[in-house]
Amino acid sequence: MQHFSQLISTLAQSTKTNEKLEALSRYFTTADEKDKPWVLALFSGRRPKRVLNSAQMRQWSMELTGLPEWLFNECYHTVGDLAETIALLLPPPETKAGSHPLHYWLDGLLRLDKASEEEKSAFVRNAWDQMEYRERFVFNKLITGGFRIGVSQSTIVNALAKAYNIVPATVSHLISGNWDPQQITMTALLNEESSTIDDSKPYPFFLAYALEGGPQTLGDPEEWQAEWKWDGIRGQVIRRNGQLFIWSRGEELITEKFPEITALLPHLPDGVAIDGEILAYDLAAGRPLPFQALQTRIGRKNLTKKQLQEAPVIFHSYDLLEYDKQDLRLLPLQDRRTLLEKLVNKADQPALKLSPAIPFTKWEELTALREESRNNGSEGLMLKKLNSVYQTGRRRGDWWKWKIDPYTVDAVMIYAQKGHGRRSNLYTDYTFAVKNGDQLVPFAKAYSGLTDKEIAEVDNWVKRNSLEKFGPVRTVKPELVFEIAFEGIGLSSRHKSGIAIRFPRIHRWRKDKPVAEINTLDDLKKLL
Amino acid sequence: MLTFTDKGIYCPAGDFYIDPWKPVARAVITHAHSDHARLGNQHYLCTKDSVPFLQLRLGKEISVQGLAYGETIYINGVTVSFHPAGHMIGSAQVKVTYEGQTWVASGDYKVENDGISGEFEPQKCHVFITESTFGLPIYHWKPQQAIFSDIRTWMNENEQAGKNSVLVAYSLGKAQRLLYNLQHSVSRFLVHGAIFNAHEVCLQNGWPLPPVELITPETPKESYKGSLIIAPPSSADSTWMKRFNPYSLGVCSGWMQVRGNARRSNVDAGFPISDHADWRGLLQTIKQTGAEKIFVTHGFTSVLARYLQENGLSAEEVKTAYGSEEEEITS
Repeated sequence: MQHFSQLISTLAQSTKTNEKLEALSRYFTTADEKDKPWVLALFSGRRPKRVLNSAQMRQWSMELTGLPEWLFNECYHTVGDLAETIALLLPPPETKAGSHPLHYWLDGLLRLDKASEEEKSAFVRNAWDQMEYRERFVFNKLITGGFRIGVSQSTIVNALAKAYNIVPATVSHLISGNWDPQQITMTALLNEESSTIDDSKPYPFFLAYALEGGPQTLGDPEEWQAEWKWDGIRGQVIRRNGQLFIWSRGEELITEKFPEITALLPHLPDGVAIDGEILAYDLAAGRPLPFQALQTRIGRKNLTKKQLQEAPVIFHSYDLLEYDKQDLRLLPLQDRRTLLEKLVNKADQPALKLSPAIPFTKWEELTALREESRNNGSEGLMLKKLNSVYQTGRRRGDWWKWKIDPYTVDAVMIYAQKGHGRRSNLYTDYTFAVKNGDQLVPFAKAYSGLTDKEIAEVDNWVKRNSLEKFGPVRTVKPELVFEIAFEGIGLSSRHKSGIAIRFPRIHRWRKDKPVAEINTLDDLKKLL
Repeated sequence: MLTFTDKGIYCPAGDFYIDPWKPVARAVITHAHSDHARLGNQHYLCTKDSVPFLQLRLGKEISVQGLAYGETIYINGVTVSFHPAGHMIGSAQVKVTYEGQTWVASGDYKVENDGISGEFEPQKCHVFITESTFGLPIYHWKPQQAIFSDIRTWMNENEQAGKNSVLVAYSLGKAQRLLYNLQHSVSRFLVHGAIFNAHEVCLQNGWPLPPVELITPETPKESYKGSLIIAPPSSADSTWMKRFNPYSLGVCSGWMQVRGNARRSNVDAGFPISDHADWRGLLQTIKQTGAEKIFVTHGFTSVLARYLQENGLSAEEVKTAYGSEEEEITS
């Protein structure tokens, strides 16, 4: 555990990617063999099953510290992280037992799954009692989840590549998909021969950067393919050995959630992996539904008939990564595309669509088409180089997303709340309202878009201008006006304003604009 | 006996203010930090040790009188005395007694004896005015020797990695505390002009601090190696720092106790060392004063006041203009 918490401190302290990479690769060379798969799992978003909830953690730490609940909560809102709050508040350890490795604690935690409340409490208290602040923080994090320490997937991949002397792209593929850190060894995971045993293993996704400015800089239009960009869930559909798997971009297996797509199993040949977008779709009209429709399907354990009827999904395919059990990623896009078209046509299923290539000969034609994106409900265009290979991760050059400009409205801040992580103890999370007659109606929450300097200024203002306090939330004088940008807008019965917007963020601070001139709810509804 | 006005803490019977934030005729000053000692008052009263720092900050020409710790003076029949607050050199709590009632205004204070800022002496009183800068139980300080040893370890690591060590500390207070306590484990100190000026004043007044060198454009780059460079917070984001490349940036501040603050300020190493009392220090002091009434000023005022109330004390929050300036990141 000390080795791991040392790694966490080093990663948290270093501000340079190279130092993080160095620290990680050193860790993977020297750490306890059984700890390594766990660390890889934790850093690549494979959280161990949650066996304790935060209410229990709070309860036990309040009992140990004797603090009243309101005071505990004040501490939590200032620190902005439950694991850290508890580590800071607990009294010093009483026993100093030998240090156990990371996997000892993780195995112990997982064994609590079916344990009684008393056993859980005893295990955690006993753990706290043997640890100093740093280990406690890390231990708590294992329970509450989410190590946000600024290590990107590519840093992890590069660190492993360095420690095990394997090409990064190969590492990226080997560590993707389904594996259990409790069962697997690093040797088995990073063995290229054995990797084919896992039938579900997806390929790492290739992600596009946003195109700034126009496409003129991209050269000859003939070398490019254009497609509409839809707002759905990026996914990979795989069929191997008679089984079908659906992966999300976050490398989460989501097969069960989309029975329409699972039903494609008999219509696909064995040994294929298709890249595309999961979209809610109006089958009669032949066009995608807004993202809000798809949202009704996300996060539900059991789907009702009604949901399936109101928001049926399709797989909008745009690339083929494996065909006839062969990895196609090094073929040029146009060749992969030919095979994809053949596959989709042969399957001939409403739930499997091909993302059409938009015919064009001049960039100007595309520029004009892009302007129509909003009318047909898309987010803009995708541009892909016809001779490009399928790369790993976000890369510049071959794939670009050319999105339409967001909607913007001017709104006033009415609530503020302290942020988390590096924004702890600062008012950084705001709620904005538009006018409706002489009332203010909240319609968006936004956390990002301001510079650190502006955040400091707003924070200072909030501290001096709060009116009321509801737990961690402060109501503030409706005075500060911001331009809020967002991607989409839809009707919603769950929101007071009657509308829901997608990806709201602060575009800029309108210091020049008085509250009297902000937009109205009617202005927003006109955008529907 | 003391009232809270829009100019500061006022004593009507004695007609003087404690740490006023607007100009007044007679100002009693707890310590020389700029949120407590401001320009424009006609007359200043502070500790003898504080006088040179007030003159450094406010100018030689101010009218100022210094008292020894524990010495009493009568202002219009009100007894006034200064008692060590342990916050910085010359810092004091102000004790005011009139018609058998004793009030203490503590200014800023620290309970741990740092060796140079005076040893904090709790004062028995009826009413105690306390700060609350770190008035949350998440703030509990390690003994300062532990932090100094962490700083020493950090310097060694930097040296091995071929980096210079730059420590950010407030020029008045924290910098002297570091210099005094690190003088036997650090061979050479190089400092920013603001710290150099304060240091000169300390030496002139006989404070036992080690020699330091002023950093100028002519300072050779080699001299940074293995030395400790001390700079004020204001320089941390400036181009002035470029000369130290490659360097590791350490910040000495109680706020470094919470990871988010350290990450936000992009520091390489945060050392949670403060010149203010931590949660336990505040509670312990309040208990020792035996006060029946507590006024809570600058910091986590509502939290501390509520906690005291729930523990059977009469406590109230007070809005002041303290704690708002220059100490933001290095309290």
